[in-house]
Amino acid sequence: MPVNETLSQYSDWSYTTTVAVYVLAMVFFLIEQSFGRQGRQAAARTKERARELVGAGGAPVTSSPATPPASGTTQAPGGRSRAERFGRMGVALTVLGVLLHCSALVLRGLATSRVPWGNMYEYIMAVCLIAVVAWLVMLRKFPVRHLSMFMLLPVVMLMFIGGTWLYSVAAPLQPALQSYWLVIHVSAAAASSGVFLVPGVASILYLIRSRNESNPAKFARFAPKLPSLDVLDRIAYRTTVFAFPVFTFGVLCGAVWAEAAWGRFWGWDPKETVAFIAWVIYAAYLHSRATAGWRGRRAAMINVVGFAATVFNLFFVNLVTTGLHSYAGVG
Amino acid sequence: MTSTLSPEHKEYRHTRTRSVLAFLRNTWRGLTSMRTALILLFLLALAALPGALLPQRSLNEPKTLEYISQHGWWGQVLDRLQFFDVYSSVWFSAIYLLLMVSLVGCLLPRSVDYVRSMRAKPVLTPRNLARMPHHARAETDAEVGDVISASKSRLRGWRVVEREENGGGRSISAERGYLRETGNLLFHFGMLGVIVTFALGAMYSYEGQVIVLADGDEFCNAGIYNYDSFNPGLRVDGTELNPFCVRVNDFKATYAPTGQPVGYESNIQYQSGADLDSRTWRPYHLQVNEPLRTAGDRVYLLGHGYAPTFTVTFPDGSQRTQTIQWRPVDQITMLSEGATKFERPDVTDSEQRRKSQLAITGLFAPTAALQGNILTSSFPELTDPAVAVDVMRGDLGVDSGRGQSIFEIDQSMVDNGRLQRVARENLGLGQELTLDDGTRVRFDSVQPWVSLQVSHDPTQVWVLGFAVAMFVGLGGSLFVKRRRLWVRVTPVADGDDKRHTVVEVGGLARTDQAGYGEEFTRIAGDLLTRDRRAP
Repeated sequence: MPVNETLSQYSDWSYTTTVAVYVLAMVFFLIEQSFGRQGRQAAARTKERARELVGAGGAPVTSSPATPPASGTTQAPGGRSRAERFGRMGVALTVLGVLLHCSALVLRGLATSRVPWGNMYEYIMAVCLIAVVAWLVMLRKFPVRHLSMFMLLPVVMLMFIGGTWLYSVAAPLQPALQSYWLVIHVSAAAASSGVFLVPGVASILYLIRSRNESNPAKFARFAPKLPSLDVLDRIAYRTTVFAFPVFTFGVLCGAVWAEAAWGRFWGWDPKETVAFIAWVIYAAYLHSRATAGWRGRRAAMINVVGFAATVFNLFFVNLVTTGLHSYAGVG
Repeated sequence: MTSTLSPEHKEYRHTRTRSVLAFLRNTWRGLTSMRTALILLFLLALAALPGALLPQRSLNEPKTLEYISQHGWWGQVLDRLQFFDVYSSVWFSAIYLLLMVSLVGCLLPRSVDYVRSMRAKPVLTPRNLARMPHHARAETDAEVGDVISASKSRLRGWRVVEREENGGGRSISAERGYLRETGNLLFHFGMLGVIVTFALGAMYSYEGQVIVLADGDEFCNAGIYNYDSFNPGLRVDGTELNPFCVRVNDFKATYAPTGQPVGYESNIQYQSGADLDSRTWRPYHLQVNEPLRTAGDRVYLLGHGYAPTFTVTFPDGSQRTQTIQWRPVDQITMLSEGATKFERPDVTDSEQRRKSQLAITGLFAPTAALQGNILTSSFPELTDPAVAVDVMRGDLGVDSGRGQSIFEIDQSMVDNGRLQRVARENLGLGQELTLDDGTRVRFDSVQPWVSLQVSHDPTQVWVLGFAVAMFVGLGGSLFVKRRRLWVRVTPVADGDDKRHTVVEVGGLARTDQAGYGEEFTRIAGDLLTRDRRAP
C-alpha cells in the first residue's frame, strides 16, 4: 500500500483552508452574537421559538400550522438586519468549511488507501467534522445560530492542535490496526466524541446563563444574549441521547475487537478505563435528568464533566500514558 | 373496642428488633434511591481513575515496582491502599457491589410495576383537558360515534380505552411507548448480567504466554509448565486445561521502507479433539487480529523476535549447537539481547563441570550497523544479521536454586567472580571466535520466534450476549417516548336547535417533553380536521 504523496498534500491544504474558513465563520458569528440589539433579538427569537416548540400556553391548533411564526414582529418586515445577514453568511461559510473538511478527510483516505482515522491527527480531524455537522443539524432544529461561535471555537482549537503538534505524515497502518473493526470501532468513537462536543458547549453556556439568572450581576453583559435555559438544556439532552448509544456501541465494538487483537475483551487499559469513566458519567447525566433535585444546573455540570473526560481520554491517555491504544503516531 | 386499640397503636415501642428493622429498611431505601445510585456512579468513575493514571500490577508489573521504589514512602502508602491493583481492590469492589445492590433494589420494584402497567388500562380522561401540556379543541357537525371511531382508527398502534361520560359524551384514553420501560429494564438487567458474567470470567479464565521457535517447533496446552508465564483466574489451578497442540512452521514480518511494520503472519498447524488421537494436523494462517480458535481456547500471535544459533566446538572436538530466543530491546529496530548457555560435554565431574559452563551474551542486530565498534540495528528485517557477544565462562549459577532468566546471566555470579568474561567480539553470520583454551564459538544462523498467547474465558460469550441486550435496551429506553393522549367528544346543543360536537384532544408526555409537541400537533391536526371534513 504505497502512499500517494500528491493526494496527501492536497488533503493537507484542504485541512488548512478548512481551519481558515472556520475562523472566518467564527468572526461572522461573533458579529451576530455581539452587536447589542441584534444579539438580544436573537435571544428573544429563541425564546419565542422555544415556546412554540414546547407547545405550552394552550394555543389551539385548530387554526392549523399554517400561521406564520410570531417572530416576524421583532424584525423589520421583508428585510433582515445586518447582524442577521452576517449570521447567515457565517452558516454558509461553515457549510463550505464542512465540504473542505470532508475533502481533507477523503483525500487523506485515498492517499493512504485506508480509512482516514489511523492516527491522532486524522482522528481529531474526523471528530471535528462530526462536531460541526452535529451543530449544523442542531441549527435546523433550534434557533441558536448566534451561538455558533462558541461551538466553532473548540473545533478550531482542536484542529489547530491536531494540525500543528499532532500532525503525522500519511502512512500505512500498523498490523494491530489492520482490521475491519477499525472502521466500525473508531468511527463510532469519533462520531460520539464529536457529537459530545455539542452538549459540552451547550452545558457550559447553560451554567453561565443559570449563574446569571441566580445573580444578575454575574455575566451581566454576556448571559442575556444566550437562549433560555430550557433551550440549552434540550440541545444538550437531545445530542447526548444521540451520542450515548453511539458511544456505547463504540465501546462494545472495541471490546469485541480487543478480544480478537489482544486476547481479552476488557483489560483496564488506560483508554478503556477512561472510556468506562466517561460512559459512567454520561449515564449519570441521563439519570440525573430523571431525578428530582438533579435536573438543570447539576445535570449540566455532569455533562461538562463528561466532556472533560472525553477530552482527557483524547489527549492525556494518548500522549502521556502508555497503553495498548498508543497509536497517536506522534514522536 | 377502637378506643382501647388506638392508644396502644399510637404508643410506638422502641424494641430492639423494631429499631433494627427500621435501620435495615432505611438503609435499603437509602441504598436503592436514585440519588444514591448517582453518587455511587460518580464514586465508581472516580475510583476507576487511578487505574488509568498509575501503573497497574496486572498490566505492567516491572513498571509498577519501579514506580513504587521511585516514590518512597508515598509509593508504599499507595501500594498498601491497593492503588496498584485498583480493579481488584477492596474499595473498588465495595463500590461496585453497592452499585449492584442498588441496581437490584431499583430493578425489583420496577419490574413489578412494569408487569402491573402492562396489564393496566390507560388512565381516565382528565376532567379538564385544557390544562394538559398539549391541548387542542375543535367543533364539528359529526356524530359522537363517528368521531370516536375515526379517532380510534387514527390511533392504531396505541393502547386505547373508550369510556362513556356524563351528558352523552365519550372519551378515549390512549397510551403508547411501553417499549421504553421494556428497554429500560432490558438495559439494566443486561448490565447486571454483564457484571455477574464478568466476575465469573475473572474466576474461570486463564491466560498463558509462550515463545515458540518458528521452525516447526511445537507447543501443547497440556499443563502450566509448558508456558513461560501463566495468569490463572481465581478458580483455575492449572489442571485440566483444554488439550490442543500447535506447531509453528514459519513467521514473516513485512515492513515499510521506513521500518514501520506492515504485517505479521505465521503459518501454523494445530490439532485438537479427535485430531489429537489420530495425529492429524490442520493448517492455519495466524495473523494479528485473527487468532486461532480451537478447543474453546484462542491462540494469539502477540509478538516476535529472533533466536541466534550458536555452535560451540570444545577442545576435544565435540560440538554443541543451541538456538535460544533473544528478546527485543528495541521494538523498532529489533535490536535484541539474550544469553545462550552451554555445558561442557567432555567434563564428567559435576563439580568441574559447574565451573566450566559457557554463556554467550550480548546484542543481536537483524540488520547490523556498526558505530565504531558498537553494534546497533538499522532495520528490523533480517538482512545482515550480526551479534556483539561477551563469552562468559565459569559457574552460571544454574544449580544455585535461584530462578534463572533465559534472557540473562545471573549478574551476582559475575559480581562474586565465579563467572568471568573470556572474550568480547562482533560476529557476522558464519564467523567464529576462539577462546584461550581453544574452544570455538560460531554464529551459525538465525531463526525467528513467535510469542503466542493462549486465552481461555468460558464466560465471554455470555458477556457479549448481555452487552448486546444492554445496547438494544438502551435504544428502546432512550428513543421510545412514553406518551398519553386523550380525546373527549361531547355533544353540545345550541340555542337554535342545531347540534354540535366538541372534540378536545389533550396530550401528556410521561417522560421527557422533547419531541412530543410535534407528534401531538400532527395527530391532533389529523383528528380534528378529519372530523370537520366528515359531515
